[in-house]
Amino acid sequence: MKYTDYYAALGVERNATKAEIKQAYRKLAHKYHPDISKDKDGESKFKEIAEAYRTLKDDEKRAEYDQLGVHKAGEEFSPRGDFSRQYEDADASFSDVDMADLMAAFAAARQGGAQGHGQGQARQQRPWPGQDFEIEEPVTLEQVYTGAEIDVSISVPEHDEHGLAHRVPRKFRVKVPKGAADGQRLRLPGKGGQGLHGGKPGDLYIVMRVLPHPLYRVDGKELFMDLPLAPWEAVLGASVKIPTLGGTVEMRVPPGTINGRQLRLAKRGLPGPDETMGNLHVVVRIEVPKEVTAQQRELYEKLAAEAGFNPRTHFDKFQRGST
Amino acid sequence: MTSKMPRQAPETVAAVWLNETQFCTLDDLAQLSGLSLAELKDLISVGVIEAKSTDDDHVIFQQHYVVVARTAKRLRDDFELDHHGLAVAVHLLQRIQELEGQLSSAQAQLMHGRLSSDAAGDA
Repeated sequence: MKYTDYYAALGVERNATKAEIKQAYRKLAHKYHPDISKDKDGESKFKEIAEAYRTLKDDEKRAEYDQLGVHKAGEEFSPRGDFSRQYEDADASFSDVDMADLMAAFAAARQGGAQGHGQGQARQQRPWPGQDFEIEEPVTLEQVYTGAEIDVSISVPEHDEHGLAHRVPRKFRVKVPKGAADGQRLRLPGKGGQGLHGGKPGDLYIVMRVLPHPLYRVDGKELFMDLPLAPWEAVLGASVKIPTLGGTVEMRVPPGTINGRQLRLAKRGLPGPDETMGNLHVVVRIEVPKEVTAQQRELYEKLAAEAGFNPRTHFDKFQRGST
Repeated sequence: MTSKMPRQAPETVAAVWLNETQFCTLDDLAQLSGLSLAELKDLISVGVIEAKSTDDDHVIFQQHYVVVARTAKRLRDDFELDHHGLAVAVHLLQRIQELEGQLSSAQAQLMHGRLSSDAAGDA
């Protein structure tokens, strides 16, 4: 079992008072709590902080934890003292046991019976529900458009015959619903942590994270994409092929199209949960060639001379002489 | 010689999509979130969770409120919040999410998905 230094996680001394522990936890929780922090590693940091606080704020748990002795963070060790006495004769293995799971198992055991853990069968009575888990899974826009099956992997604690929790890999195949949105959850009932003593298993929540797409930007069911046009296409109009999630479509760009104009392709966006389709909005972006040949330059100059087009006529009334 | 571990076949599971078109009861919300009925009623009274009345006078909730209620439970536990503090915290979080949604919506409509000097043309 790998040692986790709960005191170091909270940044307090081993003899810290309860008030100091609480203060340290609150400070770190504000910084890393996944519901309020934008730190990309916030969730895993908070998990460690919360686990440390759960243990150290409780006198009984803290005493159990302190019995493990002082080790370096991440160091392999075997529990000793009262903490593991009940498992010694049972030849239990701690090698793949997560410390948080072990602490949770002891908490469950302690609350399961009136006499506390290590007191025989009395603690085996009360049902203890399994833990819920939440994981993030990346999904593509294409998967959201059509609906798709994805495989998700997770390791969940399962209790052996001694009541010790071991992490067991599980793999589930689930359907990403057509029209799912970024951040929405799928609930897999009963696929979380195992319950104890007849307690209900926990649920698994999958947070769908829609990956950024190189072409499309998402706003609910509406999709947006840029349409680069050559200046002559914008002036003269053009027929362009637009790749949509449902296949390529031909779109007519009207003559005189200006930069930034939005053209709408109806029902070419994303499906909603109610099966209605959003639209695809094409945002015109007029591009100019970075390099021109001498002949092209001559043509542009001829065009400039002949066009008589001044896009800045509205500047005239603001001109106050030049410097 | 190395022995190959058998690959674990995935278990196909019917998942529940927590969205706005499917509904659950107040008891479901309490059971799935771990909040008490009193705490949930508090969140309903301040408008953080919105109830919908059915034709036969039952009250139901969009399933996405399971996520809201679970977040509230997490905040309650992790920050040791009381009823009032919890309602304020969840309300402010929702407001932030709304604003983030509006920002993301505005960014999606811009050229390149961001403000840029060449996006100055009339839309």
